[in-house]
Amino acid sequence: MKYLLSVWHDADYEVDFASDDAQRMFAQVGRFNEDLQAAGAWVFADGLEPASTATVVRPATGGDTTLTDGPYAESKEVMGGFWIIEAADLDAALDWARRGALACEGPVEVRPFQVL
Amino acid sequence: MERPGVMRGSDDVDRVTRDIFRAESGRVVAHLVRRFGDVSLAEEAVQDAFTKAVERWPVDGVPPNPGGWITTTARNRALDIVRRESTRHARSVAAHDSIRTMSDMDEHHLDDDPGAAIPDDRLRLLFTCCHPALAPEARVALTLRLVGGLQTHEIANAFLVPDTTMAQRIVRAKRKIAAANIPYRVPDGAELPERLGGVLSVLYLVFNEGYMASSGDTLVRDELCDEAIRLAHVLADLMPDEPEVIGLLALMLLTAARRPARTDANGDLVLLADQDRSRWDRGQIVDGHALVRRCLRRNRPGPYQIQAAIAAVHADAPSADATDWGQIVALYDQLLTVATTPVVRLNRAVAVGERDGCQAGLAALAELDADALDRYAPYHAAHAELLVRAGRTTEAAAAYSQATDATADIALRRHLERRRRAALT
Repeated sequence: MKYLLSVWHDADYEVDFASDDAQRMFAQVGRFNEDLQAAGAWVFADGLEPASTATVVRPATGGDTTLTDGPYAESKEVMGGFWIIEAADLDAALDWARRGALACEGPVEVRPFQVL
Repeated sequence: MERPGVMRGSDDVDRVTRDIFRAESGRVVAHLVRRFGDVSLAEEAVQDAFTKAVERWPVDGVPPNPGGWITTTARNRALDIVRRESTRHARSVAAHDSIRTMSDMDEHHLDDDPGAAIPDDRLRLLFTCCHPALAPEARVALTLRLVGGLQTHEIANAFLVPDTTMAQRIVRAKRKIAAANIPYRVPDGAELPERLGGVLSVLYLVFNEGYMASSGDTLVRDELCDEAIRLAHVLADLMPDEPEVIGLLALMLLTAARRPARTDANGDLVLLADQDRSRWDRGQIVDGHALVRRCLRRNRPGPYQIQAAIAAVHADAPSADATDWGQIVALYDQLLTVATTPVVRLNRAVAVGERDGCQAGLAALAELDADALDRYAPYHAAHAELLVRAGRTTEAAAAYSQATDATADIALRRHLERRRRAALT
């Protein structure tokens, strides 16, 4: 079944892409992604621009919608990127998450997709 | 299982019914989970079988093979539910398919001997209930409900929470097991030690909840201790080669043996040193000793085995004065190599005080991390006891007050207050 592995960090977190820390992390994540693909567990993955670049669209009356600037939830932590993986069970997903957390050096939330 | 004798009244039947269910239901739930791949369905079916037993057994008498009766009744009930609600969700449909292929195969084996080939299922169930992805309190509740066969209201009583809170906790955990697909298996090789440690800590938590806390119904609390011991027995039977499992069982037995002497006629706490050792349960001590010897022979010591060995040294002493404190200090030194916690350090310091006198004890206590132990009542109580022996009564009284402030446990507070007043007179 499919699991969402999301990476979380503080809302004011900024990456200096040229820094050694960022380069090391990208290399680690790159290797992790290759492992996911080689194991056939890869569905999709990518990183997100900061939450401040988000826009929320809400349904309004009469078929209209409204737009607001910024992320939906005002929170101190935001999702910075995610993997969608295919895993046999939660233990297998947690094992990928463990390796993902070490690769991206941040907390990873594991959430199952609905099975209908 | 012991066969019930002639029934004298419906209370007896109720009690027998409940005891049989506690003994059998984990086995049956475990089997049905493997069979149907659905924890909630398995639990519901076994609960329905229990309800039916409560209705039927007082009228018809307890069946000659109660375990077989429960297995058959619960399995038929589960099949009914699946057939009626086969569109309930995809999992049930899948289970329904597998029933057609599986049911004829193992039907009669099951009825002949409900114990055969099922222990592995119970072990799987225990590891699922104690999965680290579940909240610790949910692990405890699920283990007692699914493996231990306790009713939800019994668990709620034991943990002093409303029935609805406990019911929600259990429902939520079962939902997560199903939705996140927490696997139903015993972890293999590399994973096993850590996961087994998680199972042991759940059982020890259940035991301590029954043993340590003095609030609530004494009967319920004793039952929690007994239940933890029963589950540890089950685990020891299923994993006889794991010395820490044996160690935990031994630790529980040697600790539980002191229960009869642990409170006085007024329900007040009696310290280990002041307990009437003739009231200790000799049967549990003999069993505990045998288990300690058995696990230590394997020469793979772990925290539960060492704590059991310490409890065995206490149990060996005919009086508090005759305790071999030298050996206890040595065992705490060994324990510190595998479990370096402030509480273990504290217990070692107390043992040093007993072995070498109160000055040495105070010196050992002074080396501890006072910040880490500041909210731990036994730390201040131990400090106070040593100060009393050193004749520093004013400081002792202050330490007793600090100990009292650090606990909400009514019986313990009463005990500490008594000691404080005694120190000042």
